[in-house]
Amino acid sequence: MSASAEEVKKHVKTYWGVFGALLVLTAVTVAVGYKHLPIHWAIIVCLVIALTKGTLVGGYFMHLFGEKKIILWCLALTVFFFFLVLLLPVIVVQEDAVTGPMWSPAPAGSAPVEAPAHE
Amino acid sequence: MDELIPYIYKPHPVTGITNGKFGTWLFLASEVMLFGALFSAYIMLRVGSESWPHGYQELHVAWAALNTVVLIFSSVTIVMAWVSLKLNKFTNFRIYMGLTLLCSLAFLAVKSVEYMDKFHHQHYPWTSNFFGIYFTLTGLHAIHIIGGIVVNAYLMGPGAKLWKTNPEQFTGRIECAGLYWHFVDLVWIFLFPTIYLL
Repeated sequence: MSASAEEVKKHVKTYWGVFGALLVLTAVTVAVGYKHLPIHWAIIVCLVIALTKGTLVGGYFMHLFGEKKIILWCLALTVFFFFLVLLLPVIVVQEDAVTGPMWSPAPAGSAPVEAPAHE
Repeated sequence: MDELIPYIYKPHPVTGITNGKFGTWLFLASEVMLFGALFSAYIMLRVGSESWPHGYQELHVAWAALNTVVLIFSSVTIVMAWVSLKLNKFTNFRIYMGLTLLCSLAFLAVKSVEYMDKFHHQHYPWTSNFFGIYFTLTGLHAIHIIGGIVVNAYLMGPGAKLWKTNPEQFTGRIECAGLYWHFVDLVWIFLFPTIYLL
């Protein structure tokens, strides 16, 4: 963000406001953690709070709100691949369900596979 | 200098930002993938295991919550350090950068106490998958904190000489260091509930 001194001055209050919001959201996260909710609800609530906090940090502190398009496009691409990596376990599990385990042990009684001879 | 390394403090005509800032964002994108792979490993280990302890049963939530507050505060202080330079207040910059460094050292101190407690209770990275991924994720994050401390200490100390000769370039460097520091904070924001609360 290439802001002028005047613009930056206006943002100071926002930064401290975001700090306050982040503190409140942290307190809520801890409170939810101590509630010992069922795991699926705990995941949803904790992720929603973490995403909100992440948006505040990225949007205001890293100035992503109003950042140049080239950075936003790079980040969009990164987010796509990030979720692809996160989904890999799900893809592997589904693969197992359809074609059998990918790393299944050899059936009992089958001949051991010999390692290729080194030259 | 401009002929040797172009667009170090003037925006590049194509991207609209300095090369340093663009490079920092690309570096952060690679960091997202690094942590993404480890989060993916965490999900795979947790989903694939027959039993997995809740973080709050094995770890100290209060210490981690304290560290979250410390990191969030350091995010504000580093952005205020950048604001101070924009407003031409170098003394304020030193104060805010000093506070950022103090917070980062406090974070490491709390993390060390936490690790010592784990070792005291015979919990090591090889004890279980839970502790394996706990030490890997938090350890990698701590290494990033140490990297940030080195860069921020340099910019507050010897690196600050640049302010006298090229304030615009120095302000750009603080902005890039700030982006990295906010990223480290961002990672912790997701690590904290994932490891400690779920």
